[in-house]
Amino acid sequence: MQLIRPDININFVGLRYRAFMLSGTIIILGLLVLLMRGGLRMGVDFAGGTLIQARFNKATSPDEIRNALQGTISHAFVQQVGARGDNEYLVRTDAIHEELGSLSNRIEDELNRAYGPGQQVLRVEMVGPKVGHDLRQKALHAIFYAFLFIAVYISWRFEFKLSAGLIMLFVMGLGIYLLDALGLNAVYLIGGALIVTFVLCWFLQLPYALGALLSLVHDILITIGIFALFDKEFSLEVFAALLTLSGYSLNDTIIVYDRIRENRNKDKKIKFSDMINGAINQTLSRTVLTSMTVFFVILCLFVLGGSVIHDFSFAMLIGVVTGSYSSVFVASPILIAYEDLKKKKAPRAVSRRAAVQGGDARPAGRRTAAQAGDAQPTAARHAAAQPGDAQPAVKGPAVDSGEPKPARSPKKTKKRSAGQLARQK
Amino acid sequence: MKNLGLRALLVAAILIVGLLCLIPTFTSTSLPGLSNVLPEKIHLGLDLQGGIYLALEVEADKAVETAGERFVEEIKDALRAKKIAFTKVARTGAWDIDVVLPSGEQLNEFNETLKSDFPRLKPATAETTPEGTKVVLTMDQKEINDLRKMAVEQGLETIRNRIDQFGVTEPDIRPEAGDRILVQLPGIKNPQEAVNLIGKTAVLEFKLVAQNVTDQDIRDNKLPPGVKLYPMRPSDRNNQEAKIPLEDKTVLTGQYITDARVEIGGRSFGEVQIALNFDPQGGKLFERLTSDNVGRRLAIVLDGVVYSDPVIKERIPNGRAVITGSYTDEEAKVLAIALRTGRLPAPVKILEERTVGPALGADSIKKGVLASAIGGLGIILFMMVYYRFSGVIADLALAMNILLILAIMALIGATLTLPGIAGIALTIGIAVDANVLIYERIREELRLGKTPRAAIDTGYQRATITIMDANVTSAIAALVLYGFGTGPVRGFAVTLFFGLAANMFTAIFVTRIIFDYLLSERRVKELSI
Repeated sequence: MQLIRPDININFVGLRYRAFMLSGTIIILGLLVLLMRGGLRMGVDFAGGTLIQARFNKATSPDEIRNALQGTISHAFVQQVGARGDNEYLVRTDAIHEELGSLSNRIEDELNRAYGPGQQVLRVEMVGPKVGHDLRQKALHAIFYAFLFIAVYISWRFEFKLSAGLIMLFVMGLGIYLLDALGLNAVYLIGGALIVTFVLCWFLQLPYALGALLSLVHDILITIGIFALFDKEFSLEVFAALLTLSGYSLNDTIIVYDRIRENRNKDKKIKFSDMINGAINQTLSRTVLTSMTVFFVILCLFVLGGSVIHDFSFAMLIGVVTGSYSSVFVASPILIAYEDLKKKKAPRAVSRRAAVQGGDARPAGRRTAAQAGDAQPTAARHAAAQPGDAQPAVKGPAVDSGEPKPARSPKKTKKRSAGQLARQK
Repeated sequence: MKNLGLRALLVAAILIVGLLCLIPTFTSTSLPGLSNVLPEKIHLGLDLQGGIYLALEVEADKAVETAGERFVEEIKDALRAKKIAFTKVARTGAWDIDVVLPSGEQLNEFNETLKSDFPRLKPATAETTPEGTKVVLTMDQKEINDLRKMAVEQGLETIRNRIDQFGVTEPDIRPEAGDRILVQLPGIKNPQEAVNLIGKTAVLEFKLVAQNVTDQDIRDNKLPPGVKLYPMRPSDRNNQEAKIPLEDKTVLTGQYITDARVEIGGRSFGEVQIALNFDPQGGKLFERLTSDNVGRRLAIVLDGVVYSDPVIKERIPNGRAVITGSYTDEEAKVLAIALRTGRLPAPVKILEERTVGPALGADSIKKGVLASAIGGLGIILFMMVYYRFSGVIADLALAMNILLILAIMALIGATLTLPGIAGIALTIGIAVDANVLIYERIREELRLGKTPRAAIDTGYQRATITIMDANVTSAIAALVLYGFGTGPVRGFAVTLFFGLAANMFTAIFVTRIIFDYLLSERRVKELSI
C-alpha cells in the first residue's frame, strides 16, 4: 500500500515564497497578539498564583463562578475544561495562600456556599513567587542549554567538520561561562546565543546547520504564536512539549538533508533547486508517514487524554505539524538562499569549502560539460586537498579542507581521481 | 547470517528479564523467593496516585529574631536582679542588641553578668555616648547558624509529628537547601486538612500522667474525670497504638524553656541525658511543680502527642533540669527538638503546593492509558496494513519497546507521572518512525530492482544513521528536561529518554534478526513489505 506515489513530483521549491508568507503571517499575527496582551498567558508555574480545578454537580458558567468567588478573590480567570457534561472548570487567580491559610480551602467553602455541598475540588496548584521565579530561571536555562547542545550536535553531524563542531562547542562553552559569571538575565543570553550561532554558521559556512537551526526557531515561534492566538496558558508542561518538539522537529529536517546530500554526491549536474525538489519528493513519503504516526498518537492524547495534559498535547500537535512543514519549506529554501547569496558574493572564487562527504556548495552556473563522471570528494578530506582540484573554468570537485585556493593555473588539469568514496548511509 | 542464533538469544534474554521486572507491577500476588530479587512495582507519581506535594520554607530568620527578643527580656530581668541600672535594652538589626547603661560605673559588673549568664552573647563594642555607655552585643555567627539549623530541625520534626497523625503510608519529608522542606504525601484522603495542620504553630505542654488508672480502666473507657487518653509518639519501643492517660490540665507550657540539648556522657552506660533549662519565671513555676509532684510522671506533650514521660525525681529549684532515660540517640534528639519547639517556634511558609485528589488521579491514569492504547492500536493496525508482514514485525518491535521502557522504569525505581504516560505515547509514535525509515528505503531499493537481501542490507544501512540522529536530538531535549524539570515533567523526560534508547535496540537490532531469519532460514523469496 502506498500513500504517496514513488514518482511524485511537487514543486516544493517553487512554493516556497507562498510558504514564507504563510509562516510569516502566523508568526506576525502571533507576535501582534502577544504584544496586545502583554505577553503569553503564563501558567501558575511561571507567574505564581493559584490554580484550582473543580467539578460541579450542576451546570454553571464561568461568569457565575466568578461571581460566586467575588468575596474571596477579586480577579479570577475561569474556563471550562473537559467534556461539556463534566462541568469541570479551571479557576485561576494570582492570589496565593497567605502564609498557611489555605486559599483553596476558602475557595472550596465559597463554592459550596454558592452551589450547595458536593462540589469537588479535583486539584490545586499553588506556586509562590519564589518558586515561580526559580522555575522561570530553570526554564530559561533549559532553553539555553538545549539550544547549545543541539547547535553543537548539528554542526558536527551535518557538516562533518569536526572543527565546526569544536568551534561551536567552544563558543557555547564561553556562553555558559558568561551566564554564570555575569549572572546575566537568561533571556539576553538566549538571544545572544541565537545571534552568535547564526553568525558562526554564516562564517564557518555551515548552511545545513543554519537551515536546521532556523527551522527550529521557526517552529517554536509558530507554536508560541498559535498559543497566543488561542489564548492558551503557557505552563511547565507546555514548555516541556516545546523543548521536546525542538528535538523532534530536527528529525524531518535530518531526513531531507541526508537525502539532499546523497543526491548531491550522485549527480553534480542538476540545478541546485531541482535537486532539492527531487530530494524532498523522494523523502516525502518518509516525512509524511513519520509525522502522521506521531500526529495520530498525540491526537489520541489530545482528544482522550483528559484535561490535565490537554494543553501539552496541543503544543505537541502543533509542533509535529510545523516540524515537517519547516523541513520542507524553511530548511531547504534556506539552502537555496544560501547558495544564491554565495553565488552573488563570489562569482569568481574557485573552490569552495564544502562538507567532506556532503554536498558541495558550488556556484550553480559554473559547471562545464566535462563533469560527467567526476570524482567525488573523497572520504579522507586531506587526500583531496591537493592542487589540481581547484580549477578555474573546469569545475572540479570542490576541495574541502577549507582554504579557498584561488588557484587559477590552467595547467592543473590533472587527471582527477576516478575513485569515489561515498559515505555509507 | 551473522550469528543469528546468538543475536536471537540476546533478544530472548532481554525479553525475559524485562518480563520478570514487570511481574510485581502487574500482579498483586507475591512470590516469596522472587520478591527479593525483583524490583518493586513501578511507583506512581502524585498526579496519578493523588496526594500532596508541598515545598515549605522555614522562616529561620524569624526564629533568630525571636531568640533576640527573648534575650532582650532575659537581659532586662538579669540586670534588674543584679541591680544594674540600665536606660535601654533593645534589639537593633537582625541580631544586635544595644544595651545602654547610664554611666560607665557598672560596666564591669555588667560584663561579669554577661559572661556568667549569657555566654552566647558577645560584646562587640563599648563606647561612651551622650546617653551613657552603650554596649552593643551580637550573637556570634556560629550561634546564629545553630539557631537556624535548629529552626529547620524543629520545623521538620513538627511536620513529621503531625503527618504521623494522618496515617499516610509513604510520607516523604525531607529538608532541602535554603531552609526548605519538601513534603510529599501520596494517597492522602483529605489533603486540605493536612495542609492546614502543617501550618499551625507548634504547642508544647507539660501534663501530669494520671495515677491509679489501670489498663483495664482504659479498655473499658472508664477514665476518671479530667483525665484523657493521649497518643504516644510511635517509636521502636512503643507499638503503634500506645496511649497514655494524662490529667488534661496543662501544668506548664513550653514557652518558658530556654534551651534543651542532648548531653553526651550520661551518668551511666546506656543512658542518655537531656539538659533542660527554664527562664526565671518558668523556673519558679517548675520548682513548684516538681516539689508538689515528686514521684509522679510528667508527660511532655507536643501538639497533643506524648514524647516522653519521665519521673519527677526531686524538687528542681533553679530551672535547670536533666532528663535521663534509656532513650536511643534518635529518641533523645527528637525529644530535645520537641522541647525547644515550644520556646522557639519557627514559622513555616508554603512556597509551592500541588494537590491532586484521588479521583482525578485515577481518572488521569484511565484516560492516559486509554489514549495511549488507542493510539498504539491505531499505529499497529496502520503498520500492518501499510507494510503487510513487515508491519507486523515492526509491531512486535513496538511491543517490546514499550515493555522495555516499563521494565527499565521498574528496575531503576523511576516514577510514572501523567506526562510520563504521554511520553510513552509519544514514544509509540516515534518508535515506528524508525521502522518507516528503514522500510521506505527498502521499498526504494526493491523498486530499483535489488534483491530482497540487498535491499534489506542497504535499507538498514542507510536508515540506521538517520534514525540515530533523530533519536539523539530528541534525547538531548529529554536530558535537558530531566536536568531542569520538576516532578511530573521529569517523569516525561524519563519515559521519553528510555523510550528512545530502547527504540534503537528494538527497531533496528530486533527487527533485523527477524528479517535475517526469514531470509536465511525460511528462504523467503519475496519481501512482504
